Amino acid sequence: MNTMKYWLTCAAMLLLAQVALAQEAIEITRGSDRATPIAVVPFGWQGSTPLAEDLAEITGNDLRNSGMFQPFARENMLSHPTRAEEIFPRDWKMLGVEYVLAGQVTGSAEGYQVQYHLYNVAREQVLLSRTVSGTQNQLRDMAHRVSDEVFEHITGIKGAFSTKLLYVAAERFSADNIRYTLQRADYDGARTVTLLQSREPILTPSYAPDGQRIAYVSFESRRPEIFVHYIQTGRRERITSFEGLNGAPAWSPDGKRLAFVLSRDGNPEIYVMDMDSKQMRRVTNHYAIDTEPTWLDNNTLVFTSDRGGRPQIYKQNLNSGTTERLTFVGNYNANAKLSVDGRTMVMVHRQDGYRNFHIATQDLERGNLKVLTETSLDESPTVAPNGTMLIYATRQQGRGVLMLVSTNGRARSEIPTKFTDLRVPSWSPYLP
Amino acid sequence: MEVIKFGKFAALVVAFGVVVGCSSKGGDAAGTGAVDPNAGYGSSTSSTSGSSVSSEEAALRAITTFYFEFDSSELKPEAMRALDVHSKDLKAQGNRVALEGHTDERGTREYNMALGERRAAAVQRYLVLQGVSPAQLELISYGEEKPAATGSSEEAWAQNRRVELRK
Repeated sequence: MNTMKYWLTCAAMLLLAQVALAQEAIEITRGSDRATPIAVVPFGWQGSTPLAEDLAEITGNDLRNSGMFQPFARENMLSHPTRAEEIFPRDWKMLGVEYVLAGQVTGSAEGYQVQYHLYNVAREQVLLSRTVSGTQNQLRDMAHRVSDEVFEHITGIKGAFSTKLLYVAAERFSADNIRYTLQRADYDGARTVTLLQSREPILTPSYAPDGQRIAYVSFESRRPEIFVHYIQTGRRERITSFEGLNGAPAWSPDGKRLAFVLSRDGNPEIYVMDMDSKQMRRVTNHYAIDTEPTWLDNNTLVFTSDRGGRPQIYKQNLNSGTTERLTFVGNYNANAKLSVDGRTMVMVHRQDGYRNFHIATQDLERGNLKVLTETSLDESPTVAPNGTMLIYATRQQGRGVLMLVSTNGRARSEIPTKFTDLRVPSWSPYLP
Repeated sequence: MEVIKFGKFAALVVAFGVVVGCSSKGGDAAGTGAVDPNAGYGSSTSSTSGSSVSSEEAALRAITTFYFEFDSSELKPEAMRALDVHSKDLKAQGNRVALEGHTDERGTREYNMALGERRAAAVQRYLVLQGVSPAQLELISYGEEKPAATGSSEEAWAQNRRVELRK
């Protein structure tokens, strides 16, 4: 009897091991190729006091966030070159590093320059030698500029590290004393600026394609209204204040129109407003919930509807009115966002059950679905303008946090913050 | 049509003092073990069925929060009984109240905004069927933005799927 038990246990363990192996195999094949090892050497600085920012660290984090690079650990570097002629290929070949980024910061509080060099180790060749300059307050911008240039040079994809992020922070002092603030930060969460503060909820901020205007929903008058807010001047314009829902604003790619949701006709429908004339027209007409519009192009809306019984994603041509369902896998697909090239859709996806909401991508041409996150209650995805990264909201130990994940699934990190509860991130377009 | 039918059903429930359990058509919550903060309410009142009508009315009048199953906007029988008392008051007094719809945190925020409105609209429809003027009822949805209970447990979620009637 005992031997039987022994063998059964062994068999069970073998089976488990096989399952584990199979899972590991899936993990390995998840990224199509490995992240490129790059050494971002600490930039040289001769000043008497340390620089306010570690530029090489910021650049290294940028490159890591893309999921396409693996920055090499500083403590394992054999040398710290700051000029092109100090980069010795053997120092890096033996470490398996493919690229070296080295640089030197000069200047004073009145103005700084970073002179950097990108070096291909295998070819033993300097690929790029450039200078980026800025003021004391622009040190982080300078680091992101370096990241953008290096990223584009190696991958051919325009870098999106000099972009901004909007999100809403909620600070709960008591059950009915919550301070909601609309924050604008660098894409990596640094340098937050408060754009709006309210005792009532703020929801669904959305960057206009010009990077100058944002739209959002504010409950400041104790009911939802859609506002357009000019970032530079702080000027605000109330766009809708109808009875019922006023929600989910989304800019058209040409920045001329705003899609949103109103329920003034009795149930949630999608409308499109021309922002010059303020003329609006209703786009959907269905007794189901139609919400979360987003634009595939200037003539096509993608939105969430439960007209099929469950929330799923549909697309509608604004000229012809034809509607087509886009999602068929899973019992809940909602809040779609599209990559700028219109090929990839990112959304909130629930495979089955009632609790596990993940972020998934769907290839709109081939239809295949890839689940990017493993936590539950993941929501509000927003995509970087170059499509390589996305940020989403989830919950950790009872608080809302924002996570950054590369579209290839390889890199993942939490957006740092001083606030306790974050939600509804919105990634800016490329900014001038 | 369905609502009218349910209205009659609720009236029957009140008339005979029958204790009715969950009558949900079974959205996602069927079989998920969702906790209903109103559970047990029916049985406690039916045990006092011998006492005066006014005290039972007062107890029902005190109920201003109505709970829902997951992904459902269907009124529960116990909610209907309380709303019957509220509709009587509203007709008599002609005052204006707000119906605030809320959801739990699961699902997307804007979809939940719509779901919260659907719940508030279900309460509104029921009250209007009892003869309350639509002009007396202001609908507002907060979606998942104003949870009554924090945390990500079944208990918290059940507390948050609600419509609040506010004077």
